[in-house]
Amino acid sequence: MSPASPTSEGYAQSDRTGAPPVLELRGVNKSFGPVHVLRDVDLTIRAGEVTALVGDNGAGKSTLVKCIGGIHPTDSGSYLFEGEPVKVDSPRAAAELGVEIVYQDLALCDNLDIVQNMFLGREATRHMMLDEITMEQLAAETLASLSVRTVASVRQRVASLSGGQRQTVAIAKAVLWNSKVVILDEPTAALGVAQTAQVLELVRRLADKGLAVVLISHNMNDVFAVADRIAVLYLGRMTAQVSTSDVTHSQVVELITTGRGRTLRRGTDPSDRSTQPNGEPA
Amino acid sequence: MTTGALSRTGWRESALAPVADHFRQYVGRLRGGDMGVLPALLGLTVLCTAFAIMRPRFLTSGNFANLFNQGAAVTIIAMGLIFVLVIGEIDLSAGFASGVCAAVAAVLMDRHGTPWYLAVGAALLTGVVIGLAIGLLVAKLDIPSFVVTLGAFLAFQGVLLKIVRDGENVSVHDSTILAIAGKNVTPWLGWLLAAVAVGGYAAIQFTRTLNRSRRGLATAPMAVTALRVGALAVLVGAGVYALNLERSRNAAVASLRGVPIVVPIVVVLLVAGTFLLRRTAFGLSLYAVGGNREAARRAGIDVDRVRISAFVICSGLAAVGGIVAASRANSVDPNSGGSNVLLYAVGAAVIGGTSLFGGKGRVVDAVLGGAVVAVIDNGMGLMGYSSGVKYIVTGSVLLLAAGVDALSRKRAEASGLR
Repeated sequence: MSPASPTSEGYAQSDRTGAPPVLELRGVNKSFGPVHVLRDVDLTIRAGEVTALVGDNGAGKSTLVKCIGGIHPTDSGSYLFEGEPVKVDSPRAAAELGVEIVYQDLALCDNLDIVQNMFLGREATRHMMLDEITMEQLAAETLASLSVRTVASVRQRVASLSGGQRQTVAIAKAVLWNSKVVILDEPTAALGVAQTAQVLELVRRLADKGLAVVLISHNMNDVFAVADRIAVLYLGRMTAQVSTSDVTHSQVVELITTGRGRTLRRGTDPSDRSTQPNGEPA
Repeated sequence: MTTGALSRTGWRESALAPVADHFRQYVGRLRGGDMGVLPALLGLTVLCTAFAIMRPRFLTSGNFANLFNQGAAVTIIAMGLIFVLVIGEIDLSAGFASGVCAAVAAVLMDRHGTPWYLAVGAALLTGVVIGLAIGLLVAKLDIPSFVVTLGAFLAFQGVLLKIVRDGENVSVHDSTILAIAGKNVTPWLGWLLAAVAVGGYAAIQFTRTLNRSRRGLATAPMAVTALRVGALAVLVGAGVYALNLERSRNAAVASLRGVPIVVPIVVVLLVAGTFLLRRTAFGLSLYAVGGNREAARRAGIDVDRVRISAFVICSGLAAVGGIVAASRANSVDPNSGGSNVLLYAVGAAVIGGTSLFGGKGRVVDAVLGGAVVAVIDNGMGLMGYSSGVKYIVTGSVLLLAAGVDALSRKRAEASGLR
């Protein structure tokens, strides 16, 4: 996939030439009472790349995402944003850094139109009044910049949209706010084949625009279709963070289900400290 | 912008094409279950025609003026209810809240000699406090609003009895308060106010259409905007003309002409409420809370504050409605705001097109629905039917409106592709 514009090419290159990753977690722990959900998790998210976060049910994916989004405070470990240590203790703090999460259940209001949904809670106003014209233009521009052509009018109610279109609006909402990191929680879970392809194309385009994208998915086909790197969680540990090109389908499935990847090639990326198989052979 | 240029050349080539297009979109919305004001307007037309044929007196200027004075209090209470219905709640206590607030004002004026403006202020304050209390119970303790306001309904009935000292009748003597529902605007001032209203509406509509097409956004064709403004001008003009006719049986003794004072009051509340609901971020947050509370929360909206505000607005407007009712009745008694007031107000909102399921409703719904309720009440009274028949018919119309609401909601879901 070729970069969409010269700027995004610049982004991607600067990363390869050693700029710090846009978001990095080091040694993050999180417990809920006696349940230790995340254990020393490391995660590196780079601009211009799609990082797939995979793992079985209960592996800690949602908790990890909520820690990144500031919904759960972490117990220990460090949160680095563009190389600087930061404290993210609320959703607002995450949004201020430019970290947006698109939730599985979408969080859109059916009775409002696309523009109103995209600006909900952050409306543009002039003299106390809603600045409808500016908002409508920005929303249309954002959708156009994502090459979204499936939506007839930005003044359509969200209730009249298909599942894929809703997902598109939810993603465009995240992009509208100049976010740097977009986290998508199972964006294709409820979609048909054609709509899944549309959303995956959109995910790829986000990365090509220079954003860092985290894709949570259960679907290996989706992961291999768009992801540059794959991070595998197994029972709260990050067992591997590898380039998609270095692993096969079955190796990833093995990592997800057993936490082990004995056939995995080592040292594909020096920054991946956890590339090695984590669990010892029994 | 290219789209703007395109639509402008299209406009020159054929003036009718964009209008037809706009009309087609409108029909599409109707079929999709978004009925807007259409059912209420249709019902109003049918009712008025039927009553006019059966009882010619229905169409006289005197009866027309009566309609406004009869319907104003319920309409104002319904306006407040719309804010609560939009967030998906209900306020069953709004009727007796209006009675309590009116009683506060009446007792202050009658027994303590308080000037009318202070008494009205005290009534409004009472309304705000009532709304705050209900809102806090609903939002902070998460008690269903149905239960909270049902309790408040009973409690306020008792408070009202206590304030008016167990069954006494507190009469209102203040000339300013009595003028609200008893006096009229002088004819020339009525024309002036009508001109200001239509002119203001035209200015807002045309600047919006111009601004949007200048920035290259899709907009209703100028012809449609002109048609809307024209229709409003004709309606308002005809109304003012009819109300400015002599209504007195003996004009030499006492002339009775002009627009009732409640009309400009209702119009001002309508404009202010519409502005708040449709043009401010607060209004949008009300719709968001009514549509998907969790989405609103995640978007950073302070959901509790929004919900409490809706109840405060509702009870505040109920206080205004109570004062209008007291002005019409010349008194406040233990049944002020009781009996059918609340159900008529809820009925007005729903008949006008506000949804009982939340997320949908406009302030103008209260005016249209209030008109339907007032016309039924008035017309059936003229035909000599008893209260019993009136209640049955109004109740049936409310059920009909709720049925239309539920059906159009189903329809919208079915056509919404999911």
